[in-house]
Amino acid sequence: MSQVDFIAPDSAEKASQALLATGARPLSGGTDLLVQLRAGRLPPGMIVDLKRIPGAIGIRQEGGGFIIGAATPGVALSEHRVLSLAWPGVVEAVNLIGSTQIQGRASMAGNLCNASPAADSVPALVAARATCLIVGAGGRRMAPVESIAVGPGRTSLALGEFVLEIHLPARPARSGDAYLRFIPRTEMDIAVVGAAVNLTLDDAGVVSDAYVALGAVAPTVLLVPEAAAALIGSRLDEAALDRLDAAARAACHPISDKRGTIEFRTKIAGVLARRAAVIAHGRAENRT
Amino acid sequence: MSKRQHISAVVNGDPVEFLSAPGTTLLDALRDELGLTGSKEGCGSGDCGACSVILDGRLVCSCLVLAVEAEGRRVETIEGLADGGTLHPLQQKFLEHAALQCGFCTPGILVAAKALLDANPDPTESEARYWLAGNLCRCTGYDKIIRAVMDAAAELRQVRV
Repeated sequence: MSQVDFIAPDSAEKASQALLATGARPLSGGTDLLVQLRAGRLPPGMIVDLKRIPGAIGIRQEGGGFIIGAATPGVALSEHRVLSLAWPGVVEAVNLIGSTQIQGRASMAGNLCNASPAADSVPALVAARATCLIVGAGGRRMAPVESIAVGPGRTSLALGEFVLEIHLPARPARSGDAYLRFIPRTEMDIAVVGAAVNLTLDDAGVVSDAYVALGAVAPTVLLVPEAAAALIGSRLDEAALDRLDAAARAACHPISDKRGTIEFRTKIAGVLARRAAVIAHGRAENRT
Repeated sequence: MSKRQHISAVVNGDPVEFLSAPGTTLLDALRDELGLTGSKEGCGSGDCGACSVILDGRLVCSCLVLAVEAEGRRVETIEGLADGGTLHPLQQKFLEHAALQCGFCTPGILVAAKALLDANPDPTESEARYWLAGNLCRCTGYDKIIRAVMDAAAELRQVRV
């Protein structure tokens, strides 16, 4: 990495200016960026460290929701008790990424902007209806997290733009979320399939709102409204879970690779969506 | 080659200053500029944990940190673990349990284990194994490492009482 340059601007606007340079890259935790630079998968250029920008690290509560700075490491999420209670699915998804050492650096915004279809935190964020604050030369804008990745390793961010914050919305009582992934071991692997479910129950225990997102079964993380529709109006009985399973499988268009075949990924997407729905449901029942 | 930058940081409690090219990792700066060769490079990609250090209280892989990011930060390395000539209980227990063979992974595991016991003085064996999942050891099969960590944890709890 001898050819790179480095600056650590103290404002978002300065960072955006610096990112206009050819080959410039934002740095949060660096657990993807530095590996890719070293392996020569990215051309060398200016590294723009976001961590000195006020608000880039930290979690604050606002309007019943949460605002999480782009460079906040994963471990800070699990340490945040209120966030962990409100969004257990998001926090468990983030904490599945890498080792303790990786958790000390890796950020949700980095996971999002690395734009891997198998990113663990992204299905949970999409199901949570998270949005992000994007800063660029033209000012600031909000965008849903599912609009960021447009293909493996490619984002919709314009030149000079970067994600400064991730916003998790306020949530109604009796809501719960969950994320599950399949890997062939217990730790430290890339998702073969990931599934996130976020749902809300009404006073009678009927699912009144639901979101289902799948990872690693398409070029980008998928929000699957048909799978959510299978749950809404149900009490999560077997018939509803069967419909969820079928809708999740129908949404998949994965590749076959060394981690899993098309058939395997499709089957597992249904299984994980089912199991995540049951966990999210249990959490919603316990969260009044 | 980009211009070297002047970095001030605190390493193992001591203020240090050094020059670093922007692309140099913290691991390389520790080893080559500061002569702290306890931290090892196993993989250089954050998979093996041999370069583990504690940066502002967080366990990280120093191969995935740029030295220039350490400006104004606190870094704790394996060299800071012993108290002068007295080994840290983790180091002592690693010797007693023969929790190492070639020793290449040992500094990283000791730093990671210290971070564990700082955060959780009474871990279950399962918690210790998950915490140390990012530290690879190809000699020992991990069992003696875990026994040494659990034993050191028990001793440290005694000391606290």
